[in-house]
Amino acid sequence: MAVVTRTPSEGVVLKKSTSSSTFTRVSRYVVVRLLTLFATVVIGVYLTIMIANMGGYVDQIMRNEVADRITQSIAANPAMQQLDPNARKKLIQDRIAAEEQRLGLDVPIAIRNFRYLSNALTLRLGRAINMTSDSGSKQVRLIILERLPATLLLMGISQLFLFFSSVFLALNLSRRYGNFWDKLVVALSPTSAVPAWFYGIFLILIFAAVLKVLPFGGMVDSPPPSNSFDYALNLLKHLTLPALSLVLSSFFLSIYNYRTFFLIYSSEDYVEMAKAKGLASRDVERRYILRPTLPNIITNFAFLIITLWTGATITETVFLWPGLGRTLYHAIGLYDIPIIVGSTIIYAYLLAITVFMLDFVYALVDPRVKVGGR
Amino acid sequence: MNALKTSFRKILYYPSAIVGLLVVFLLVATAVYAMVSIPYDEAIRLWRGGEEVWYQNPKFAPPSWINFFSSKKYAESFSVRTTDGSLVKEVTPGAEGTATLSASYAFNFTYDYYPQDLILYFTSNFVEKQPFVSVEWLTPDGRKIRLTNLALTQKQAYRFSQDDKLKNRLRTEDIIPFLFSDPETGAPVKGQYQLLITGATFEPDSNVDIEFVFHGQVYGLAGTDQSRRDLVIPLLWGAPVALAFGLIASLGTSVLTMIIAALGTWYGGWIDELIQRITEINLVLPFLSILIMIGTFYSRSIWVILGATILLSIFTGAIKSYRSIFIQVKESMYIEAARAYGASSPRIIFLYLIPRMIPLLIPGLVSAVPAFVFLEASLAVLGLGDPVLPTWGKIIQDANSNGALYRGYYYWILEPATLLMITGLGFAMLGFALDRIFNPKLRDI
Repeated sequence: MAVVTRTPSEGVVLKKSTSSSTFTRVSRYVVVRLLTLFATVVIGVYLTIMIANMGGYVDQIMRNEVADRITQSIAANPAMQQLDPNARKKLIQDRIAAEEQRLGLDVPIAIRNFRYLSNALTLRLGRAINMTSDSGSKQVRLIILERLPATLLLMGISQLFLFFSSVFLALNLSRRYGNFWDKLVVALSPTSAVPAWFYGIFLILIFAAVLKVLPFGGMVDSPPPSNSFDYALNLLKHLTLPALSLVLSSFFLSIYNYRTFFLIYSSEDYVEMAKAKGLASRDVERRYILRPTLPNIITNFAFLIITLWTGATITETVFLWPGLGRTLYHAIGLYDIPIIVGSTIIYAYLLAITVFMLDFVYALVDPRVKVGGR
Repeated sequence: MNALKTSFRKILYYPSAIVGLLVVFLLVATAVYAMVSIPYDEAIRLWRGGEEVWYQNPKFAPPSWINFFSSKKYAESFSVRTTDGSLVKEVTPGAEGTATLSASYAFNFTYDYYPQDLILYFTSNFVEKQPFVSVEWLTPDGRKIRLTNLALTQKQAYRFSQDDKLKNRLRTEDIIPFLFSDPETGAPVKGQYQLLITGATFEPDSNVDIEFVFHGQVYGLAGTDQSRRDLVIPLLWGAPVALAFGLIASLGTSVLTMIIAALGTWYGGWIDELIQRITEINLVLPFLSILIMIGTFYSRSIWVILGATILLSIFTGAIKSYRSIFIQVKESMYIEAARAYGASSPRIIFLYLIPRMIPLLIPGLVSAVPAFVFLEASLAVLGLGDPVLPTWGKIIQDANSNGALYRGYYYWILEPATLLMITGLGFAMLGFALDRIFNPKLRDI
């Protein structure tokens, strides 16, 4: 109705404003969006830092631990026992002060939080407090880089397989829905209420403990095979169970969701129309079902890529897989705030970039969507 | 409300919903039974109890019912004592306040595997002169083995397997197999064994109480763990804990999410904006890491974790989907009518807006329960379970840290895992069916 009653002059003005200011509209949108996303990252990371030291509570734990450790080590050292009590007391205090300085405990917590924040935002990940990489470095960057391949391998293989197989199978099921396989998937979809590590325990029980065909955990045998073909084979053997448990835990629900999603779209009028026109079912699928669902599929895929980063903490722990998730869990146990913050900031940046990019991708794949448009 | 009732009646058309309902009902029944039969304080005392509570049980013993499935039988555990008459003691007074005592216990041993250990506990009272006992062992094939002679202290335990003198005398390293097997063939001898205890007290009021504990290879309905605890207790008590955690977290999260989404859409403006920003920030926060941090640094209490879980789960994607529906509902005629006759904002939100969403809320609520039940178990597996409460996750963690899978104690993991699995699947199946019933769009699909 609005279109009909609108006077011609209004229409002209409207058209003019949209055509001339696409650039300003997009650039204003980009600036505002980037600023809000950055603010979100800053607040999110600051909150994580606050939680990582429980508002100073963790400092107290670390101080007590340092005092305890140094007092103990000096008391246990026979060379120090000859010292007179005052000198020994001073020595202990000096050592404690030095150790607290090394850990950064001499700076007030509020300042330290901001220092962590600014270092994190500029991606200066710094040095870990207690953890070391396998090569002996304390650089957070190196520790993370060392564990990244393991996580990427496990998560990459399982999640990519999950994604492509479930989209493919879902498309097939939606084509002939109501048949036996379709009903089976619907019936099995509640199995995804069970998390991956839980399937992991069952798989370990069956394949490692009872059948003794696959290893209990770890990434390669120790010592690792020297030639690279055997190494790859060995890796694959260790990878099977954790990857299988990750796939198994979301397989049926994932197919079910995509299938339902495709079915809803394939009951649209324009699909009926295309079928009535006599288009080949492949074309109907590609142009009329897949195309409008593309933004959602892309979103899912993008978020899937980000989750590769976080790893699967508990599955990795159950399978003793040396990935990022397990490292993060260890870091928390050792009060290693730089690693916690480092892992969080990278995740936050990846998330922000993805969310930002998705807006543009939507505009690319869906002509109805305009960047920054209402 | 009538529509809601008919919707619920439709549950009966979905077999998976019936199974789910049945599981939920059984769980609630188990939870109630657990709380009635073992009161909270008693459950905690037993779960936290050490050797003094559980000394009668063997360690790492599978449940007794595995004998049904095995052609070779495992010895079952038992214990008898003089204080309750299950072990009969005869006292014959002698001269000058002395007395002789004798007790014998005969039992059938028809198993193919030897027991873990046999133990005698003596509790005696005397002033100066220690009572004296000697212990003998009678096998079905008529051998009589003198085990030991003891001058008793107030409390004394005699572990058959640890008696080095006896090892030397019998020329064997493992006493228990020796006692139960044929000396020629080495095979276990089945039949009636007898334990003979004779002794003497040397003071008028001196008295000796005896307890005979037989640590078999299997125990009870659920078996035992590394500290001899009967697994029936955590398995039973896991049900109310899991239900409470799952239901409270799910209910708290979905109701709070809905109320906040309703407030945001109704008032709009900066409140709505703030809610959206908080949701985005929450997306950045690492959920599991924060729970692990709270568990490691602050408190492992299940209620603290529950609170943190609810707080972190409110501002998620669900708030966006509720919001988009509320925006539609907000424009509908009956809301406009309510506004026209001057209904207050809280009245509209809580009496008109939110009730419209209940059909959406219920399936989501039920489907979310397994995630929270497993979250508790996941944290327990990471070693962050509640330090006091017995839960299914804690059994799995105990089993895992004691290498249950490597050492073949499968029952230890399978029992809690099966219960968790049934719980998760039950709620998930019910939630799925409810989702199809309440969302007409999905019903035909």
